[in-house]
Amino acid sequence: MTGMARDTPTGDLRLANLTRRFGTLTAVDDLSLTIAQGSFFALLGASGCGKTTTLRMIAGLDEPTSGQVLLGDRDIGRLRPYQRPVNTVFQSYALFPHLTVFENVAFGLRRRGIRPVDAEVNRMLSLVQLDGYGPRRPAQLSGGQQQRVALIRALVNRPQVLLLDEPLGALDLTLRRQMQIELKRIQTEVGITFVHVTHDQEEAMTMADTVAVMNAGGIEQLGAPADIYEFPATAFVANFLGRSNLLAAEAGGTSGGDVAVTAHGTRFSVPAGRSRADHGPVHLGVRPEKLNLVGSADQVPVGHQHVTGVVTDASYLGVSTQYLLRTGWGTELSVFAANTGTSARVAVGSEAVAYWDPRHAFLLPRDAVDTDPTASAPNEPVGASS
Amino acid sequence: MRLWRWLADRWVMIVALLVLGYLALPILVVAALSFNRPSSRLSYDFNEFTVDNWRRPCATSDMCDAVVRSVQIGFLATVVATVLGTLMAFALVRHRFRGRSAINVLVFLSMATPELVMGTSLLALFVSAGVPQGFWTVVISHVVFCVSFVVVTVKARLAGMDRRLEEAAMDLYASEWQTFRRITLPLVLPGIVAAALLAFSLSFDDFIVTNFNAGTTVTFPMYVWGAAQRGIPPQVNVIGTAMFAVALLLVGLSSLRGRRARRTAAPVGQVEFGRDAGTR
Repeated sequence: MTGMARDTPTGDLRLANLTRRFGTLTAVDDLSLTIAQGSFFALLGASGCGKTTTLRMIAGLDEPTSGQVLLGDRDIGRLRPYQRPVNTVFQSYALFPHLTVFENVAFGLRRRGIRPVDAEVNRMLSLVQLDGYGPRRPAQLSGGQQQRVALIRALVNRPQVLLLDEPLGALDLTLRRQMQIELKRIQTEVGITFVHVTHDQEEAMTMADTVAVMNAGGIEQLGAPADIYEFPATAFVANFLGRSNLLAAEAGGTSGGDVAVTAHGTRFSVPAGRSRADHGPVHLGVRPEKLNLVGSADQVPVGHQHVTGVVTDASYLGVSTQYLLRTGWGTELSVFAANTGTSARVAVGSEAVAYWDPRHAFLLPRDAVDTDPTASAPNEPVGASS
Repeated sequence: MRLWRWLADRWVMIVALLVLGYLALPILVVAALSFNRPSSRLSYDFNEFTVDNWRRPCATSDMCDAVVRSVQIGFLATVVATVLGTLMAFALVRHRFRGRSAINVLVFLSMATPELVMGTSLLALFVSAGVPQGFWTVVISHVVFCVSFVVVTVKARLAGMDRRLEEAAMDLYASEWQTFRRITLPLVLPGIVAAALLAFSLSFDDFIVTNFNAGTTVTFPMYVWGAAQRGIPPQVNVIGTAMFAVALLLVGLSSLRGRRARRTAAPVGQVEFGRDAGTR
């Protein structure tokens, strides 16, 4: 698959102070980011966060109120969609119903006056295992097949940037997993910059090199999936990408490389390197799978910190068990115990101690009015926020 | 008991056949009378079978002139109304502008207006504007009432079309014109064709509005109306039957095409004749 990318070096895709207003609503608010050439980039966010609007502005289907879309040194932000070396895989696929699969795929090549197109189109069809499907109409294909046609219809043009607008949203879970791996494989093969918009955090983490978590028209955090997950920047990110136990706490300054924290009358500490604030109101955060559950405080290993409570719920999920631990002050913590067979299950109603390694905790700044965000939705299963 | 059971199983079918028979009977009478040699000018009894009427449909020459004139008027009115109506439908569906809802109402108004009122008001307009009535005033007045039907038909088709298809085309290097030519037009075309056929049949068939604005021009419906006073020549039935046969042929072809298209490929969202026929 060498020679897929266009010969001309393109450079990174840069969005500079991009803003889009619809009347009084600001969908995208002064957004700036750089997407490295050849990377798989995911824009992750809930619906209405501005991620699709951002994508449409890169494609040219929506015009920025202000700001620039730069490809290398060239500002493409005011070009018509057909003047940009950018192609899109639409959420609903948007295959042309009156054209055959072959003509759908050949559409872009023909519009640019490239012929013959047969070899190129057939090569793309076999790339996604659709050999022989050329004469069919889109309506005769399954959802997964339509999705693949939509992908190669864009890819065949060898764009400098490929935009994917939740292209897997309409597929069932098994097919979606399969397509995620396939998309990632194709991206590695063709080496084109992929910008993927999704609200599915697992999808973003599976495929992307870099994830930008969007909220209210701006970027909350940008980084490698593991970095964002392990050390979220805001309470929003902590709960959007996976789930977190966040305790409302007060930080009391750094001493000896640790930040001292008081939450609900108990003292904890967090390494300074994992703290985004060292005084005033903070969230003390620990991921549910980083908590361990034992029967009594003397079983807690040295150097770990703990909270005592009563187990109010235990959901056996096969690979793991999810516990809810009600602390003395009323907050419910979620604990995710991998079913390794080495530890006994804890019965509902019994007293238990949750402990963690301070190096797995993190501190986030908090508005003084916020209390424990985890207390509001304690029964939601971990990892189901997609 | 068995009879009741039999009726209970088939009553929908029986009622349907009765209704279809009721609808088809007048057409069958016309077809039958086209093969009749009437005993006298004012007689409508079936007298004697003949193919003379079919062999010489223009025996009464002024009738054929009227038919040709009606076809000419129908063709002109259809072309103008289809072009204008399609443009209006695009404007109404695709653009937001001042007076858009007012125009929507106006379009319906001309369909709701009694033909008699429209005929007289058009006459008043032509007279006060000093336009002599004749062929062209008939064309103009036909365009007036056909446009609304075209707008409504094309609008329905256009509203059902996914805008993202056009965005996808533009994204795939098609300019605005290429997008219209390759994507929009082919997808809206069935609606435009349906609208044109509707416009032609409305124009060809119109008597009331035409009668007010024709001056000395005689269209086919006006000829039949006039002839009814003196006895209708059997050739009128030949023209009627032929018209019906042509219409039937068109519907048959479209249905056949639709079925073939469905077999090789079902175009998404395309409405075809006979789509729901035969479902139980």
